[in-house]
Amino acid sequence: MNAQLQFRDVTLGYDRHPAVHHLTGEVASGALLAIVGPNGAGKSTLFRGIVGILRPLSGSIDTGDLDIRDIAYLPQTADIDRSFPISVFDLVGTGLWRSTGFFGGMGTRARDSIAQALAAVGLNGFENRSIGTLSGGQMQRMLFARVLLQDARVIVLDEPFNAIDAKTSADLLELVRRWHAEKRTVLAALHDLDLVRDNFPETLLLARGPVAWGATSAVLTAENLQEARRMCEAFDEGAAACAVDDLPSQAA
Amino acid sequence: MIYDALIAPFTEFEFMRRALAAVIALALGGAPIGVFLMLRRMSLVGDAMAHAILPGAAIGFLLSGLNLLVMTAGGLIAGFAVAILAGVVARTTELKEDASLATFYLTSLALGVTIVSIRGTNIDLLHVLFGNILAMDDPTLLVIAFNTTLTLFVLALIYRPLVIECVDPTFLRTVSRAGTPAHLAFLALVVVNLVNGFQALGTLLAVGLMILPAGIARFWSRDLTGMICIAVASAMLSGYAGLVLSFQTRVPSGPAVILVAAALYVVSVLFGSVSGLVRQLFPGRHLEA
Repeated sequence: MNAQLQFRDVTLGYDRHPAVHHLTGEVASGALLAIVGPNGAGKSTLFRGIVGILRPLSGSIDTGDLDIRDIAYLPQTADIDRSFPISVFDLVGTGLWRSTGFFGGMGTRARDSIAQALAAVGLNGFENRSIGTLSGGQMQRMLFARVLLQDARVIVLDEPFNAIDAKTSADLLELVRRWHAEKRTVLAALHDLDLVRDNFPETLLLARGPVAWGATSAVLTAENLQEARRMCEAFDEGAAACAVDDLPSQAA
Repeated sequence: MIYDALIAPFTEFEFMRRALAAVIALALGGAPIGVFLMLRRMSLVGDAMAHAILPGAAIGFLLSGLNLLVMTAGGLIAGFAVAILAGVVARTTELKEDASLATFYLTSLALGVTIVSIRGTNIDLLHVLFGNILAMDDPTLLVIAFNTTLTLFVLALIYRPLVIECVDPTFLRTVSRAGTPAHLAFLALVVVNLVNGFQALGTLLAVGLMILPAGIARFWSRDLTGMICIAVASAMLSGYAGLVLSFQTRVPSGPAVILVAAALYVVSVLFGSVSGLVRQLFPGRHLEA
């Protein structure tokens, strides 16, 4: 299996404080990877690094031959202006950016695929509603429909099932399985450990630094989870510059 | 009778025909820009930019007297400088767009006032501050028409990224790098339309024909296309009615146009079909589903 994403001793953070510290590893093409860790563990930061919104403080993330449009990203709190007068249909249609770009028209085929995406997330009949009228769960369904249309090789979902009812998360999880079956690489930050154990073969337990990465059952042990909690609480406002760079690299 | 009041001024006087052509062009370009300003919560940015233009116009005035073309060029340069500097600072640092713009426009305004006061007060400058839509010569009219054409063309070019940037900026950043250029192009269009309006309505009221129609449109449509159409139509109506009002009374034309727009706005706030006050007072029985 060739690597889709490679983290090379990458450190990501804000204002020189690392939120993800010295992560090395690779995500195989077609992987279904859960990223687990306490609040503040750096899950969202890692995703922002992967999609290129955040530049690494050091190290690098190698996305190989992927274009930014090959990565679909669903942020934890989508920063969508819900008062903007746009219909569900049009917003989901922005997922077709890759094929339509600046000017491409929306032909019958594009309209059909938008309708199919809406049907796949159970939002038929919502086409002409403006986005401001949707509930939180419906909003999340809509955003999944957009990810569906993006037809991306890598899909990055940041806590996609938060504050979502059981039926909706089961429906959306079905989509995740479908993407996995289609050999797409899916990364999801999650808190529900049972859901991870049941559905995700591979897990990265993150607590700023990587605690464990591998088969889910081997990663999600009581000791590892406790270690993660301990590592996460070590933020120091006056921390000195990191000295790890001087140590021999653990890569390779 | 009605013909005399509403149509005769335009058939009889050339300056009225020119003024009408000017407001129609201004409405076509400015109203869509105003809608986007409003939707991006940047309504007052237009106002700030109008002040930012002042030093450029003042320098143009010092160089060539009351030559609208030169003053326009000066205004454009000052406006672009402020808009682009503010946009770049907002995007590369943590300072928000409004704060960054405020610092630049105040600097620019201070410079403008300094330049004007060094030269001493001048009655012509008042004319510039308040505009004179009834004194459109051919070159000015052509400049306005050109700017409007340019606005519509560029707006068509950046429409899709601009809309996505308004709704979901993070998404646009993950699929395209067009967000920042589209935003800067939009700011440039704001400046172009302000300078455009400032020949007709003056620096102080130029924003009026952009923002008031947008505010009106918000009360009549939930849809972006609808809003833009209504904004353009109400801007044109205000322009026409304002000119008639100004012709029949002694109200100066610039303020007359804006006052008509303001009256339309009040009517919209009261009776608008989308969240108008009367509609809220008498919403009708709730629906079944």
